[in-house]
Amino acid sequence: MNNDFRARNHPAYWAFLVHRISGLLLTLFLPLHFWALGQALHGEARLDGLLRWTEQPLAKFAETALVLLLAAHLAGGVRLLMLEFLAWRDWQRSLLALATGVTLAAGLAFLLNATW
Amino acid sequence: MLQVRVWRGAERGEFQLFEVPRLESQTVLDVVTYIQRRCDPTLSYRFACRVGVCGSCAMSVNGQSRWTCRTHVSKVAADDRLEIAPLRNLPVVKDLVTDMREFFDKWARARGRFQGDKRRTDDFARVSPESRERRLVDASIECIGCGVCYSACDVVTWNPDYLGPAALNRAWTLVNDVRDVAADQRLMAVAGDAGCHACHTHMNCTERCPKQISPTAGIAGLKRLVLDAAVKGRL
Amino acid sequence: MNARSQVLLWGAQRASAMVLALCVVVHLATIIYAVRNGLSASEILGRTRGNGGWLVFYAIFVAAVAIHAPIGLRTILAETLGWRSRGADVFAMVVALSLAMWGWRAVWAVFH
Repeated sequence: MNNDFRARNHPAYWAFLVHRISGLLLTLFLPLHFWALGQALHGEARLDGLLRWTEQPLAKFAETALVLLLAAHLAGGVRLLMLEFLAWRDWQRSLLALATGVTLAAGLAFLLNATW
Repeated sequence: MLQVRVWRGAERGEFQLFEVPRLESQTVLDVVTYIQRRCDPTLSYRFACRVGVCGSCAMSVNGQSRWTCRTHVSKVAADDRLEIAPLRNLPVVKDLVTDMREFFDKWARARGRFQGDKRRTDDFARVSPESRERRLVDASIECIGCGVCYSACDVVTWNPDYLGPAALNRAWTLVNDVRDVAADQRLMAVAGDAGCHACHTHMNCTERCPKQISPTAGIAGLKRLVLDAAVKGRL
Repeated sequence: MNARSQVLLWGAQRASAMVLALCVVVHLATIIYAVRNGLSASEILGRTRGNGGWLVFYAIFVAAVAIHAPIGLRTILAETLGWRSRGADVFAMVVALSLAMWGWRAVWAVFH
């Protein structure tokens, strides 16, 4: 019998989940990202064609999701680096709130710029 | 009346339902004791002091590891329902009793014992309680080895070799003990994938520790000390 | 892998994380700025073509990712699948090299 959600239902654990899932999804996305940019080797027109394709709403949604994932992984990662390398303080809960805020701000900024 | 589901069996088994009268100021240990004395004498469980100093009565209550003698029913049985199971991450001997050998073996593997170099005839060591190291030790020294943190830790579940929060916490107190002389060997013992570096800062241990210790803090400290030792070639 | 190597692997992941923290802030800011009024190849390439600064920046970015991601992946594989053998370490190394190769190829693609 292992621990289930009842034992995991607290902020630091959610932070771990977000961090691990975002890291995994970003790693899976990278090959696609590198391939797409690599298309520039075949000329500007090829890259432009790809970018044109990303104008559709579904792609914009996916891009926003990716920006959120990246921002979340960054914010969560900085939080972890602070917890691990700075002498421990009890304000780590505030760190988590700050990280969440920064993530959402970045996602919102992207969404506004990309769609307005 | 409380509807209490209690784990019966070993690794394989099932929950058995008991009805227990609900009383004021009742603890979960009271409930388990009632079941064993009035309903089913074959129920196996551990307890000793029943006042929150020994840690023997640790179990999983509604999915969370805690001391049953210090858990009021009113706090956890909002809808008159209780689920009582043995601690996680440990082999189940019978019903609510776990085999704690691995917990203590890992304590030893983490070099969780003091090693000094003074003799009886030497003068006392002088350690100021205000010193930086002693403050760090004092924040983590009250551990009584109850196993709640070990039971709560998911990394222990996912990584069978992981020493676990209690063993690492004890190693942390000893590394900061200025009288101890085995610091480098201890850092070696807690380094690597089975040691402090496996901690992902879930903080399940800190959430559940009945002594309000934060093993996560000590483990983070160990990470820093071990990296320092590795970089300087002392590992 | 002995304990000392595991510690250095952990250290490498944290060090690369610090480098990535800086790179990602720049990258996110660039994306958010650049994506105003749509994104075109000429816009991107106009910024990166022949620009040594971006070349160095993205080359370092790719190197840091190629160190950081596979070490994290190795941990996830060990904890979710129980894959802890030499084979898992080799797999992580292969992922690292692949990311580096494809990443530097992409960096070159937008530079030259």
